Amino acid sequence: MAGLTAIELSCADMTVRQVNQALRSLPDGSVIRIAEPRGRHNIAVGLTGRLDITIAGNAGYFIAGLCDGPDVTVEGFVGWSVGENLMSGSVRVHGNASECTGASARGGLIAIHGDASSRAGISLKGGTVAIAGDAGHMSGFMAQAGTILIGGDAADSLGDSLYEAVIYVGGKIRSLGSDAQVAELGPDDVRLVNEVARDAGFSHISAEDVTKIVSAKQLYNFDALKDQKY
Amino acid sequence: MCGIAGLQLKNPGLYPRLGELVVPMLDVLASRGPDSTGVAVYRSDAPAGTCKYSLCAPRDGYDWAGYLAALEAAAGGAHIEFRPQGRDAVIVMSTGSDRGPELLAGIDPSVRLFGFGSAIEVYKDVGAAAEVCARYGVAEMGGHQAIGHTRMATESAVTTEHSHPFAVSPDLALVHNGSFSNYASVRRTLIAGGVRFDTDNDSEVAARYIAREMAAGADLTDALRGVMKVFDGFFTLLVSAERSFAIVRDSFACKPMVVAETADYVAVASEYIALADLPGVDKADVFEPMPEEIYTWQA
Repeated sequence: MAGLTAIELSCADMTVRQVNQALRSLPDGSVIRIAEPRGRHNIAVGLTGRLDITIAGNAGYFIAGLCDGPDVTVEGFVGWSVGENLMSGSVRVHGNASECTGASARGGLIAIHGDASSRAGISLKGGTVAIAGDAGHMSGFMAQAGTILIGGDAADSLGDSLYEAVIYVGGKIRSLGSDAQVAELGPDDVRLVNEVARDAGFSHISAEDVTKIVSAKQLYNFDALKDQKY
Repeated sequence: MCGIAGLQLKNPGLYPRLGELVVPMLDVLASRGPDSTGVAVYRSDAPAGTCKYSLCAPRDGYDWAGYLAALEAAAGGAHIEFRPQGRDAVIVMSTGSDRGPELLAGIDPSVRLFGFGSAIEVYKDVGAAAEVCARYGVAEMGGHQAIGHTRMATESAVTTEHSHPFAVSPDLALVHNGSFSNYASVRRTLIAGGVRFDTDNDSEVAARYIAREMAAGADLTDALRGVMKVFDGFFTLLVSAERSFAIVRDSFACKPMVVAETADYVAVASEYIALADLPGVDKADVFEPMPEEIYTWQA
């Protein structure tokens, strides 16, 4: 943040546990820069303080998972499950993300400025997952609540077994998953997409032109007598 | 679990440093597979018209002098060069890959052939990466590409023979993270077609399948397309030929893989953490390969 001197931590001379303990001890409003992440897993997890954290490079699995408050920026690539089970705050990745971006996130924003791999937003429970580029297959699988915005293309089986979460796609959709369907875009949707794009820092989203995907709700109730097969 | 890693150098200036770059990658991946470790190193250092044979001794202190004497007597004046590598050895021979494996098996069947071809050398054994690599001096080896594997065994025994890579035809090597579920059926089909196996390992079946397809004229990409059709189960595969390597992931893509490409090299590994020590990797294009897509690179 401008005007504030960042506290420097480095994964070159600290273990991930030491880094996370140091982060936990800092007061709200602290600005921290974590140097040389070197692909380590579990950096900045389980934090509840209002911290401003920058991870200066490519990082590993579960970055900023289980957090409830901090704003985390990654200057690079992240491995699996970035922002997993996020409660509030934000995670911004200036690179590509591996699988399961924002898995089960209950709140907050996970913004990927590159592409996200398979299963982005899987089992989303209320958080917002915004991807500037493409998303891999099975994205939005069983997502229960929240919003997924994909600026680029979506791969196969988008929104399979979707519950109440809503998916917006700027590009092409290779295929929809079971029980996912295209829905009409209303003014509230356009407002929401613009809001998510603005929060994520995306300038390339044309909110009026996205495709909206919702649940067809045909899998909500199990029919034991269906076709008398059971 | 298992860890896989590969490095293909585009910049010949880095060739002397191949081993030095690859060993830390495997060392990091030991946490994904501490049971056994293996590496296929590709270096074109043998005279034209010769083939390199990577031989594994049945025990420490094996009588290589006796083996060589018997080989020279049997090889009918062929050029033979002996390069000891720890307990094991590489033999450079003017006898080609069509006759070489049979000739060597006839000398002493307890000496196992782990790889052969104009550039490939295969080193593998039980133990964690740092230990196995140190045993063979992998860090000191130069070359243009290498693939490696750290194994956490799930479906067959932990032995030297069951370690990856599986290098069953000239200059071809395969490492696998995952588990095939229908490999017994595929193996039966291959055996019926005359293919012979060294182990009961599931990954060897994929290596033999690819070798058979390529022997029948398929290129590496075609053979991997065949793998996707024929094999069921979980897999991220890294397969290398003399100057190329390829990766493919099954349709679920639950076995990880990260690619980092710069002007100097292409590096792939199960986790980015294995790539973190490579020069200039912070500037690399880093991404996870898509399921059911075949990615290939040529050195």
